[in-house]
Amino acid sequence: MEEGKVFSQSVQQSAAAYAIIHEKFGAAVSAFDANETMPFFEVLDARLWRDIALFMRDHAKLKFNYMACITGMDYQAEEKLGIVCNLESLSLFNHKLAVKVKCDRDGGFIPSVACVWHTANWHEREAYDMFGMLFTGHPDFRRILCPDDWEGFPLRKDYKVQESYHGIKVPY
Amino acid sequence: MQELDTAGLGSIRVTRKNDHTVVIEKDLATEQMVLAMGPQHPSTHGVLKLECLTDGEVITQAEPFLGYLHRCFEKCCENVDYPAIVPYTDRLDYLAGMNSEFAYALTVEKLLDIEIPRRVEFIRVIVAELNRIASHLVAIGTYGIDLGAFTPFLFCFRDREIILGLLEWASGARMLYNYIWIGGLAYDVPSDFLKRVGEFVTYFRPKAVELCNLLTKNEIFVKRTMGIGIMPAEVAINYGWSGPMLRGSGVKWDLRRNDPYSVYPELDFNVPVPDGKLSVVGDCLSRHLVRAFEMEESLKIIEQCISKMPATEGFNPRSAIPKRIRPKAGEVYGRAENPRGELGFYILSDGKSTKPLRCKARSSCFVNLSAMKDLSKGQLLPDLVAIIGSIDIVLGEVDR
Repeated sequence: MEEGKVFSQSVQQSAAAYAIIHEKFGAAVSAFDANETMPFFEVLDARLWRDIALFMRDHAKLKFNYMACITGMDYQAEEKLGIVCNLESLSLFNHKLAVKVKCDRDGGFIPSVACVWHTANWHEREAYDMFGMLFTGHPDFRRILCPDDWEGFPLRKDYKVQESYHGIKVPY
Repeated sequence: MQELDTAGLGSIRVTRKNDHTVVIEKDLATEQMVLAMGPQHPSTHGVLKLECLTDGEVITQAEPFLGYLHRCFEKCCENVDYPAIVPYTDRLDYLAGMNSEFAYALTVEKLLDIEIPRRVEFIRVIVAELNRIASHLVAIGTYGIDLGAFTPFLFCFRDREIILGLLEWASGARMLYNYIWIGGLAYDVPSDFLKRVGEFVTYFRPKAVELCNLLTKNEIFVKRTMGIGIMPAEVAINYGWSGPMLRGSGVKWDLRRNDPYSVYPELDFNVPVPDGKLSVVGDCLSRHLVRAFEMEESLKIIEQCISKMPATEGFNPRSAIPKRIRPKAGEVYGRAENPRGELGFYILSDGKSTKPLRCKARSSCFVNLSAMKDLSKGQLLPDLVAIIGSIDIVLGEVDR
């Protein structure tokens, strides 16, 4: 956080939570981005994401027991795919924190956190369905909204829709 | 010795032989049957398919299959301007269009950092709460139908019609409103609107009690729902449940209270959670009761809004709408309490474009439904209908 700037109470709470995570994981997490709309940090070493997730859920002063959302992302400029997770501590503390995890665009993988928060199960399936990153250790890994034999990943920025699907012309 | 006939029931098989002996075999490994329920099934409230693995009448596993109503909401959002997304949000949860618009408008306004006129805030809360009642009426009515009670459905739709009429009067549409815009409203409410809403509140208050009694004092209804599909609070939180589902498990969590937005901090209302007297905390009946009691709270909110709302002569609800909506670069996760739980929007803006780089809708039904597999394990097949009904899914929001 930059010195001398006044932050709202919610950002300060997020910063305090981040400090505990940073103390434990050091260089594996990026600096804290203290913006007012969605304070976040990034997991630089994606392999540690599940450990960080467990730590965030179970640490006595963090207790991030509620995962609101996972958003799949295509960072085309960086040649990466990623997820944005919105976490909070429901009815225990007031802090909220978003976490970003990135992986390579082709064949990249992110450890699944479906065993940490059940919410992640379907959200990770959706992220895979739309962007095509793999989630290792996911209990039930397949597409969720598109049909199993759909080609490509629709929300990628460079997506081209397939010409036909089972003999049906797709682009209209 | 010759076998005359055999009969089987679950894991027991009875064989009668011609020397008058009867052989009863227990714990036989019977073959499990796959039963596909849906996508066209009246109790799945839309196009949801459940593939159930059944052992006799007992469900060993029920796996939901979605995507039949997938309309590429997120892909569409990347190709249209911010204000043009509002009509799309109506089509997420089509039973609560106002609430979806409200959540989306809040999110973009958070990114834009603009002030909204107070009158607009109150109108938004009134229409959102009216829509919440309408949505709960559908939930309660169709839940009754699922369990074989037809009359409450008619009561519900009679009263819902009045709400839809009011909303149509304000916005011009019955279900897909495009009324709450980013930074304001499409139109101010008609001059007599508040009076009519007040009349509706007076009319509906006793009806809500009557409706609640009609179902919750019906022994058949109670027997079908009490103690069925119990979800403990901690598991519910871990599953990311929100709204009436989470409160049904006894967690007092309402975004209108716990992460307040708009004018909700000024309003006085309760967050009903089951106390275990009328139902088992976390069961289907609890979830139904939360919805039934919430309608009364919504009426309270509407009444307060009518009395607190500033009257402005010649008020222009579009005064705060920016000429060109182009938020600064950044990202935001905004959310609001919908009738079915937390509807959140994640929006990423690059600061240059009038279209969002990414817009994700976090739908409450999608998350609530993901617990179906655990919720239905070991339940009887007829109870599955009670469980799906109590989740109150809208497939438009599940598949987006």
